[in-house]
Amino acid sequence: MSRSSAGRTGGWLSRTLSRRRRHPLAAVTVLLVVLFACGSAYAAFAPSSQSPIHGAETAQSTEVEEGRQLFAIGCASCHGLRGEGAVRENGTVLGPSLVGVGAAAVDFQVGTGRMPMGSPAAQAPVKPVAYSDEQIDALAAYVASLAPGPEIPEEEQYDTSVDGADPARGGLLFRTNCAQCHNSSGQGGALTYGQEAPNLTGVEPKYIYEAMLTGPQAMPVFNDETLRPEDKRDIIAFLEEVQEMPDPGGLGIGRVGPVSEGLWGWLVGLGGLIAFAAWIVTRSASARSATKASSARSSS
Amino acid sequence: MSSTTPPDVSASRNTAIRGAGKVVGFVDERITSSNWLKRNLRKIFPDHWSFLLGEIALFSLILIILSGVFLTFWFKPSMAHITYEGAYVPMRGIAMSEAYASTLELSFEVRGGLLMRQVHHWSTLVFIAAMSAHMLRVFFTGAFRKPRELNWLVGLTLLVLGVANGFTGYSLPDDLLSGTGLRIIEGGILAIPVVGTYLSYFIFGGEYPGEDIITRLYAIHILLVPGLIVALVTVHLMILWYQKHTQWPGSGKSEKNVVGYPFFPIYMTKAGGFMFIVFGFILLMSATVQINPVWLYGPYDPSQVTAGVQPDWYIGFLDGGLRLMPPWEISIFGYNIPLSVLIPAMILPGVILTLLAVYPWIEQKVTGDKREHHILDRPRNMPVRTSLGVAFIVFYIVLWIAGGNDFFATVLEIPVNWVSRFLQFSLILMPPIAFWITKRICLGLQRREREKVLHGRESGMIVVSPEGEFTERHEPLDPHEAYELVAHERPVVREPEPATDPNGVPNPNYKKSLRRARLSHFYFADVIDKPTRDELERVHHHHEEIAPSSNGETPQHGASDDQGGQHH
Repeated sequence: MSRSSAGRTGGWLSRTLSRRRRHPLAAVTVLLVVLFACGSAYAAFAPSSQSPIHGAETAQSTEVEEGRQLFAIGCASCHGLRGEGAVRENGTVLGPSLVGVGAAAVDFQVGTGRMPMGSPAAQAPVKPVAYSDEQIDALAAYVASLAPGPEIPEEEQYDTSVDGADPARGGLLFRTNCAQCHNSSGQGGALTYGQEAPNLTGVEPKYIYEAMLTGPQAMPVFNDETLRPEDKRDIIAFLEEVQEMPDPGGLGIGRVGPVSEGLWGWLVGLGGLIAFAAWIVTRSASARSATKASSARSSS
Repeated sequence: MSSTTPPDVSASRNTAIRGAGKVVGFVDERITSSNWLKRNLRKIFPDHWSFLLGEIALFSLILIILSGVFLTFWFKPSMAHITYEGAYVPMRGIAMSEAYASTLELSFEVRGGLLMRQVHHWSTLVFIAAMSAHMLRVFFTGAFRKPRELNWLVGLTLLVLGVANGFTGYSLPDDLLSGTGLRIIEGGILAIPVVGTYLSYFIFGGEYPGEDIITRLYAIHILLVPGLIVALVTVHLMILWYQKHTQWPGSGKSEKNVVGYPFFPIYMTKAGGFMFIVFGFILLMSATVQINPVWLYGPYDPSQVTAGVQPDWYIGFLDGGLRLMPPWEISIFGYNIPLSVLIPAMILPGVILTLLAVYPWIEQKVTGDKREHHILDRPRNMPVRTSLGVAFIVFYIVLWIAGGNDFFATVLEIPVNWVSRFLQFSLILMPPIAFWITKRICLGLQRREREKVLHGRESGMIVVSPEGEFTERHEPLDPHEAYELVAHERPVVREPEPATDPNGVPNPNYKKSLRRARLSHFYFADVIDKPTRDELERVHHHHEEIAPSSNGETPQHGASDDQGGQHH
């Protein structure tokens, strides 16, 4: 009996299974069951290797998770769901892979409002920042979790008030490495096909440091081998010095050199003198007698 | 004779006048200078604001020389390497040339040095701008015609010398900006076929940049070119003095007189006053607006370059040519000829200068006019010359904008490649369009003036006749004004000589005369003639005939135009 009942129950299951084994959804069901089993097994075992015991790490993993969710909403359409990047049908890059770009890149791009971009373009323009600081940190943590990359610099790394910060040396480094695109006083300049090297006036030191670290847009990467941390700090010190320096010669007229000087020379310089010349002519005896004559003529 | 001219001042109660009179009398009794003086002091000059452009150039030149002398006291034209230890903190400890260091010293340590640097630079920009504007004035008014072709050449040479000296001065501080400019000039020299490399080595004393160029540029900048400029300015003014100034057409003015006011006391006072206005204005600008902040550029180092390198405005058109030129290069017997540099840097300025220099003779060939001219052309009465001038200005301005293509790209937020492409097309298409538009404007103005002379000024008063017809009342022109409008000559359009003489023998001059006739047609075929005496009389007759019935008004003018006289 017991056998038979066991057989009955087993028989019901096997009968149901065998009866439905040719059902069109059978294969799908099996696949789902197996996937679910594997997934549960992975969920059960995989995290256990780095099981979150400490509170900080738990916080970090929730930050990463929060970042992942933000990423999926705001970034994944171009950079792929897991930051692997995306390529258009014609083979051009829609959004580059973010694996290994590091937290510093995210902090720079999102923190200055460049990302998320409104639409694909030659270069991401600076816009109002779309995320809060916590959200930016979460996004940065998520992208940093994809692969190791440059970290967000600590404040003391770009603090130029420390002893030994040398703006003169920074100026030399800036002219050697940066001025060809950003201009010798950081006014920026045009690059090819709609790209440009932005004006560095008023940019927060942290972002300048991160830009050097990560090489956003058309900019090359200046890692710590190329420009050592103290080099970067000196460059920032130079930029701060130049920005804070008043123009000893008077109005700076944009500090962009001969173009504005030439315009000024013609429009204000020569224009003003011609105005004076015209005035002088009206001051002359001939002009006065002409006015007199014409008034005499008109009155007669 | 001379003794009768000066008023007797010995009786004056003013001691100063009495004393001056004694001195003048002493000199005059011995060398009899007052006749010569009187003639020259009473020299008559006509009055118009556009005649003061040259004066602006002259006075800014004086300012350039004065401030330049100041600068030479501190500037060290040396490329010796030193380490900066001066007052400007962001450069301390940086290796640089003595020239750059002394420029920093002038800017930050010498009392008044920065002001003088800025005076020197601003007045140079104004000097060359004023010379250019002066030259345009001379061109558009035909003041280059006989007998002033020589002075036209002297003036053009002065402009070239001014530009050359401006560039050498711009290079002297040995900063990163001007050093890059010098590098471009070196590229232009290298592009000259065969001799380019030798020339570059000769000029720079070896491989660029060498150790000599600043010293050499200094000698050119403060000695050679200024000497030539001062000498040629003297020649320019002496010729002007001798030939007398041109004047605008007007009643009482002819080719044989000059209507205006005497040099002494009127123009001496006015020019003196204007000189101080120019000085004051440029000094004010120099004291308030910064120019060429070399401390921001850093010392020159051939391994460095900065974004946004532009030359001063007067070199901008050359830089623009380089930026717009397609990257063409040809190879002859294995030697590369870089047309992309050779054409814009060497051939283009050569062609422009040659055309400017020979233009007076070109026009003489076209008009066949070998007479002297002292009455200026109103630009509208020479439509083709005016349009050629405007086309040249547009060509120049497009090149000029191209010299700052990166600047305009960033300011306008347009890709620099688009800016350059747009300017490449503009350089070829805009001048003809400008020519056409200007010519149309000139002809329109001529047509309007013809109307004005024939029918008088539109008064804006609308009159309704008893029949209900609306007409505008025209008022007769004041004869002085009418004279100004018709003072110019009627241009003669030359026809070619017959191809064969009556006997059927081919005319050897036929082709030459045909070419001349074509040019003459190009210049004058479309010109709207001023009304003839006949036309004027007919119209006046017509006006008088209808005047009594309609109370002096001149009906039908809106519609009748040229045929005003033929309606009855």
